[in-house]
Amino acid sequence: MPWESVIGLEVHVQLQTASKIFSGASTAYGADPNTQASAVDIALPGVLPVLNEDAALMAVKFGMAVNAKINLHSVFARKNYFYPDLPKGYQISQYEIPIVADGLLTIDIDGESKRIGITRAHLEEDAGKSLHEDFHGMTGIDLNRAGTPLIEIVSDPDMRSASEAVAYLKKLHTLVRYLEISDANMQEGSFRCDANVSVRRQGMNMLGTRTETKNINSFRFVESAIEFEIERQIELIEDGGEVVQETRLYDPEKNETRPMRSKEEAHDYRYFPDPDLPPLVITEEFVEEVRETLPELPDARRARFVEEYGLNAEDAAQLTVDKPIADYFETSVAASQAEAKIVANWVNGELAAHLNKDSLEIIKSPVRAEALAGLLDRIHDKTISGKIAKEVFEAMWSGEGTPDKIIEDRGLKQITDTSAIKKIVDEVLAASATQIEQYKSGQEKVFGYFVGQVMKATQGKANPQQVNEILRKKLNE
Amino acid sequence: MHAHSIRQLADLLSHKDISSVELTRLFLKRIEEHTELNSFITVDSEKALAQAENADKLLATGEASVLTGIPIAHKDIFCTKGTLTTCGSRILSNFVSPYNATVVDNLERVGAVMLGKTNMDEFAMGSSNENSYFGTVKNPWSPERVPGGSSGGSAAAVAARLVPAASGTDTGGSIRQPAALCGITGLKPTYGRVSRYGMVAFASSLDQGGPLAQSAEDAALLLAAMASFDPKDSTSAEREVPDYRAGLDTPIRGLRIGVPKAFFGAGLDTKVGAVVEQAISEFEALGASVREVELPASRLAVPCYYVLAPAEASSNLSRFDGVRYGFRASEYTDLIDMYMQTRAQGFGEEVKRRIMIGTYALSAGYYDAYYLKALKLRRLIADDFEQAFEDCDVLMGPTTPTTAFAIGAKAEDPVAMYLNDIYTIPVNLAGLPAMSVPAGFDEHHLPVGLQIIGQYFDEARLLNVAHQYQHATDWHTRIPEGYA
Repeated sequence: MPWESVIGLEVHVQLQTASKIFSGASTAYGADPNTQASAVDIALPGVLPVLNEDAALMAVKFGMAVNAKINLHSVFARKNYFYPDLPKGYQISQYEIPIVADGLLTIDIDGESKRIGITRAHLEEDAGKSLHEDFHGMTGIDLNRAGTPLIEIVSDPDMRSASEAVAYLKKLHTLVRYLEISDANMQEGSFRCDANVSVRRQGMNMLGTRTETKNINSFRFVESAIEFEIERQIELIEDGGEVVQETRLYDPEKNETRPMRSKEEAHDYRYFPDPDLPPLVITEEFVEEVRETLPELPDARRARFVEEYGLNAEDAAQLTVDKPIADYFETSVAASQAEAKIVANWVNGELAAHLNKDSLEIIKSPVRAEALAGLLDRIHDKTISGKIAKEVFEAMWSGEGTPDKIIEDRGLKQITDTSAIKKIVDEVLAASATQIEQYKSGQEKVFGYFVGQVMKATQGKANPQQVNEILRKKLNE
Repeated sequence: MHAHSIRQLADLLSHKDISSVELTRLFLKRIEEHTELNSFITVDSEKALAQAENADKLLATGEASVLTGIPIAHKDIFCTKGTLTTCGSRILSNFVSPYNATVVDNLERVGAVMLGKTNMDEFAMGSSNENSYFGTVKNPWSPERVPGGSSGGSAAAVAARLVPAASGTDTGGSIRQPAALCGITGLKPTYGRVSRYGMVAFASSLDQGGPLAQSAEDAALLLAAMASFDPKDSTSAEREVPDYRAGLDTPIRGLRIGVPKAFFGAGLDTKVGAVVEQAISEFEALGASVREVELPASRLAVPCYYVLAPAEASSNLSRFDGVRYGFRASEYTDLIDMYMQTRAQGFGEEVKRRIMIGTYALSAGYYDAYYLKALKLRRLIADDFEQAFEDCDVLMGPTTPTTAFAIGAKAEDPVAMYLNDIYTIPVNLAGLPAMSVPAGFDEHHLPVGLQIIGQYFDEARLLNVAHQYQHATDWHTRIPEGYA
């Protein structure tokens, strides 16, 4: 029997609240070490946690977006272990009763959709960071991150390949950004993934022994780490060995996972309800209020783009992967005479390429949605050709002003005067006796040569359609 | 002068018969003269005199409250900005807090003057004050005896009139038991009445701060300032603080007193029992009626408590790891060894014992049998009280089974020590308010405490009942020989 891999993911998502989950300190990333750690965050004697309600609101928002059950009564628990970047010696988390349970996320894999169960999503606080460099054999502790709110999203073991896992992860990534509950920046660690992987013979019901691979910080690494782990486990069993339940660490440089701690070394976290925090009680009214703030979700928006704008599935998917991109597209469409399909091509093509080249987020784009609409209008009303429009876009990108100003300044206005074009066509034909012979003897492709010559003579400004028509007419005379 | 109550001192201050600075100097001098009690860990004269000067200015403007300019002391479990807060432990022996506990802020706001920080059992774990890194406190009634614990420094200092009143905390009896053993008045409020913010945590679901004072009236004045709804403490009660003084003089005719049979069984010293019964008959003379009540689950309170409190403590004390503040062992080989050496050297025996018990009770495989079972028992104990209060206004009985015992007598027997709190622990488990008031003496002329237990947030009634008793008796005015 062939092998089947079984994968479940645990994803830690930092919530973008202004302050920490149990203190008033800021959560902004990148401050000097320990400048955003309050008395509560560094766990001075006597301090107490107070829940930031925004964190609960964001967790509820997430729960609704994945059609989960919102527990109106959930309980904070302490997870006890010693580590220098865990100031209290315990992490406040949720254990027996999480705020969100039994959700669902649908992924598209090879043109088919597949439902991935979400076991639970619970609120917890992040730990600080241990810095092992630059301290001459000592360890530095930065507690800025300590107390940053997280939701830990635990999937059911429903994925069967690394590519399914990546599809799920990307879907989740898009979703939390749509909900505006996280910037989900993987490099900065605000979206982190642990992968539970096991293998079994196809057709078996029992799960194999799983390993947990920790803290994989890019989509590519998730794919590689899971693939490595599947291979490793299959080889191990085929060689007569057994998979050991353990926690492993992915090393992206060597592209391998290696053991971190075994089951025997596993912590006994001694979870118990945190006596400093009463149960988190949410009212039905609160849930309804949150429901009203839910934005249109990625799947719904993608379907609407196909329906409303007549886009193909691929374009619609690309536009809806990120909320600001979809917003940009819709703003442009609304402001422009051009067809939605043309707008989509520009957003996914020229704009995406420029953003990518300059590593910019779309909200930082120097060409705003309204300006792009203005440019596309000039194509629409035949002031410029699509080709010239690219030159104008380039100029807009470097800040030369509005499309109209650039067209004016550079004299890019399209030549649509038939008699002017005829004159140039005549000149070109007069100088191309050889090519006319070739064309007339049946070499159709020489036609392109004439077009090129006309365009060259007009610096690309002649209306291509008119050039074609006039050339055909003259050559067939 | 030093034997005056807060009420009397406030009158003198408001009539400008004495200044707060003079009063502060007077008590600072007494503290200095009576170091034999070892009741203070830190005395901060400079800060105290600065506060007293401010208080005098406030008194001059006429905007003073009744506590303005009154010297007090804080148990060394409350964080006080700029002064040592040791919690009686080596592990915090060098810890200067950068912030004030809410209770400290509240008392500062009304102009009370803090003389210093009182000695205590390490992390409030103990009933004798023998578990302090800073040495045993002596009972002013008999120097070879314990003052009780864990707020033993506060109780001894108030009993010896080294300070008019002091704060304490009570997790299983730590205000009431030393108050009883030192012959003063102590009040443990309803859980949630006094903010726990800035009070070093022992067992979070049980800890509650409160006053130790000479009388119910003084306790009322102090509690009114200490209590508040505190947004920084999620377990703090969001309800107004009543004027505890307003009802002190209300006659208690018709008061229904319940006497728990369970509090008069084996283990209770006969003389203590007799004194308490005498006190209860005093209430009958004042027009109260007495009935017997059952608290059947209370016999399980001590084992229940000794699962829950250590479980919470084992987690609460994890932050003392030598990484960020406090004591760190000077020699260690690696991170784990640093933790082990720091905590082995930084904590005392009793604290370590409780961390071990608590860690065990929360461990995988034992959690259900110990922690969960204890939680269920706790519910039963609270239900018993609720039933008893159906036809009683207050419950009365002994605070402790015996009077002050000799230093060292129970030091080697933790269980015997734990049984000292047999009558006080059920109250913490239920979260109810309770007081201990002086009710007489045993044959060795050692004070006996009467415990009065009230319904949730019924502190005003407790204080009224105690004040009426103190109006009719003078036990609370007795001062140990050598300190009068």
